[in-house]
Amino acid sequence: MLSVFNKEIGSFFSSLVAYITIGVFLLVMGLFLWVFPDSSILEYGYAGLDSLFSTAPYIFMFLIPAITMRSLAEERKEGTFELLATRPLTDWQIVLGKYFACLLIVLFALLPTLIYYLTVYQLGVPKGNIDTGAVIGSYIGLFLLGASFVAIGIFASSLTKNQIIAFTIAVFLSFIAFSGFDSVSRILSLQSLETYLTAIGINEHYESISRGVLDTRDLVYFLSFIAVFLVITKTILGGRKW
Amino acid sequence: MSVKVEQLTKIYGEQKAIDTISFSAEPGKILGFLGPNGAGKSTTMKIVSCFIPPSSGKASLCGYDVAENPIEVRRNLGYLPEHNPLYLDMYVKETLTFIADIHGLSNIKRRIDEVIELTGLGLEQHKKVGALSKGYRQRVGIAQAIIHDPQVLILDEPTSGLDPNQLIEIRGLIKELGKKKTVILSTHIMQEVEAICDSVVIINRGQIVADSTLSDLRYKFSNQSLEQVFLQVTRG
Repeated sequence: MLSVFNKEIGSFFSSLVAYITIGVFLLVMGLFLWVFPDSSILEYGYAGLDSLFSTAPYIFMFLIPAITMRSLAEERKEGTFELLATRPLTDWQIVLGKYFACLLIVLFALLPTLIYYLTVYQLGVPKGNIDTGAVIGSYIGLFLLGASFVAIGIFASSLTKNQIIAFTIAVFLSFIAFSGFDSVSRILSLQSLETYLTAIGINEHYESISRGVLDTRDLVYFLSFIAVFLVITKTILGGRKW
Repeated sequence: MSVKVEQLTKIYGEQKAIDTISFSAEPGKILGFLGPNGAGKSTTMKIVSCFIPPSSGKASLCGYDVAENPIEVRRNLGYLPEHNPLYLDMYVKETLTFIADIHGLSNIKRRIDEVIELTGLGLEQHKKVGALSKGYRQRVGIAQAIIHDPQVLILDEPTSGLDPNQLIEIRGLIKELGKKKTVILSTHIMQEVEAICDSVVIINRGQIVADSTLSDLRYKFSNQSLEQVFLQVTRG
């Protein structure tokens, strides 16, 4: 698994993929947090990172599929998947190697935003007037959310040889998983199912972790969400229906 | 018997790509695997290399069954797929390191230098794979197939698209490798088979139509050239 992981990381950083996606993420986050007045922390007047954690999921929704779309689709299109699959590697090692490589890029995109935390920490009056517990919780939540989107992206990439189709499917599924269930639950005739529907969606669990309380139910939700998509991906690869 | 195929069948939808074929290949011999396009050569090779599962029948490599012990099969196999897929954006040494790493080789550096020497990649070893000409890409493919010193080599059209000089070099290399290993080679060039193979299996529309040593085949078909034999058995 480690060799696949290393190879993926190598190809992310030797092409522009990693630099562009991380750069764009930070640029957009910076604009939303410090420049655009509607969501700017400076205009908001409170020492909090709320707008970071409410904007990031929507940026992840587009950026993560862009990172993951080539992972399996390209291998299949170029035929190099045959190269991997006829080496002493299990399908799990291939899937997980690729999954963790993409996840590492997401982590690299998140880490520099810690500077925003330090900035707000310094700017607060009195200094350090920020709910650190909630910030830590939100970061864990955001990372788990990213991890779920990566799983969706890898799954979408296993469905097709076409990267654009993989991207589109991944964006759509990420959106539905994140906020689609919430929205559906607000349909009047489905109100009896509301609690179940919102519990399926990511948003409810993301917000719950963001409050700074790490509930095992939410953790189990995210881990099983990721596991489900990876298992389906592995099954699709194992079928070799192409 | 290092490669043994028994009653192997592969069905795609309604079409039988290969139909209950059986053959075997021995160490120290080069087996030519011939047949018209679409006869089922690549399908058979993909099954033996554990890339796709058979619909029925068995295949084993060095005593390991492809269905039961695929990882051991792949450990003992060097496989060059048809069309030679490569990671074009990796450097030659990088891609060889990656493959060597998957096999968990110790002393990767020395082994890479050895295979670069063996395959004649010396001059091009610092380039990206995508920048290489077809002949050199083919060498990278072969280098990847032999890097872990496998007991069995399966080469799917290793010499397609090479110029005459490269042809002779690659054939020489395959012949050299065939002295110790089991080599199964598919090709459309009959002179090549006559030059390097010890025995041939000819397959047509998924069924084996000839399976014997080259000398037996010549005797059976009263000294006709392999090309004529091929035409006779695959046209009927």
